[in-house]
Amino acid sequence: MTALEFANKIKAKFGDLISEPAEFRGEITLQIADAEKIAEVCRHAGNDLDFNYLVDISSVDHYGDDPRWTVVYHLRGLRHGGDLRLKTNVSEEKSELPSVVGVWAAANWHEREIYDMMGIRFRGHPDMRRILMWEGYPYFPLRKDFPLAGKPTELPGVAFTRPAPLEGGPFVTVPGGKDAIHREPRVRNPEDK
Amino acid sequence: MRTETEIGYDSKIEGEVVVTRVDAALNWFRKNSVWPMPMGLACCAIELMAVGASRFDISRFGSEVMRFSPRQADCMIVAGTVTYKMAGAVRRIWDQMPEPKWCIAMGACASTGGMYRSYAVLQGVDNIVPVDVYVSGCPPRPEAVLDALIKLQNKISTQPVLKELTVFNALKHQTA
Repeated sequence: MTALEFANKIKAKFGDLISEPAEFRGEITLQIADAEKIAEVCRHAGNDLDFNYLVDISSVDHYGDDPRWTVVYHLRGLRHGGDLRLKTNVSEEKSELPSVVGVWAAANWHEREIYDMMGIRFRGHPDMRRILMWEGYPYFPLRKDFPLAGKPTELPGVAFTRPAPLEGGPFVTVPGGKDAIHREPRVRNPEDK
Repeated sequence: MRTETEIGYDSKIEGEVVVTRVDAALNWFRKNSVWPMPMGLACCAIELMAVGASRFDISRFGSEVMRFSPRQADCMIVAGTVTYKMAGAVRRIWDQMPEPKWCIAMGACASTGGMYRSYAVLQGVDNIVPVDVYVSGCPPRPEAVLDALIKLQNKISTQPVLKELTVFNALKHQTA
């Protein structure tokens, strides 16, 4: 069975909740309209369609747009070899969706990382703590409105942070420059574009 | 006080007697038995292992006794990226090391934060502990680390031992 057939099966079961399968370079993506239903869709994919391997969960910050967050699930069935990508949008006010730890135990740390970096909570997660930063760190550093250099924090006895000196902006490459000096400037200020 | 004298010994003249000053002798002991505390935090630690292994062989300089307990170490070699989360632990290990103690910041990350200009990385371990020798490189060659150790030995050999003790004792008796 191909990934498209799996996608159509999911679509047949959940109907309007699921978008038409979108194909890009041979990979199938399904958009799930209601983030509250993500656990049900994942349970169906994991248990009934034998997607037994959760490759990754990632999150996207559409800063300035509504809904702000997109959570992306990459699934794979090791027995049938099919790949599937599920996407769902979460609004900033809510910033919460059901956990899929009950389907794949691997989701535990992925969801903790998303919580740590983006501040999206997963309801029903058995251990919803930060995973990389420490408990009590007040920011979510992968959000688009968090400065690259960081912000000063102080948690006595645990950890502190200070903004890093960026010395005129992060080192970034600029696509389309006519030579290496323009493509890879020594310094580029974010406001210069 | 800068100590120029090391152990002067000529077997033809002095026979089985070594003439030196206690200060110089103590420094000579100290600098040739610097036991490192390998604070291996990232890829620099791999190079640090090479420094300890047979090809580069840090034991030629008396520092082969890597101690994983800070209480038995003289020199903390910070090898790798110090994150803010780790900074407290690094500082605590430094505090647990007995005096006299020294610190080598090995590599770009330990010296300045390196390429990690970010919210998560301490911008140089000298923000939390006093560093004696900085080693450039990403990671540094093992020879560079050995060079840092030799520089540290030179520094140790210039540090007064007895004079400080005498002053300290004098002050203690004065106040008592």
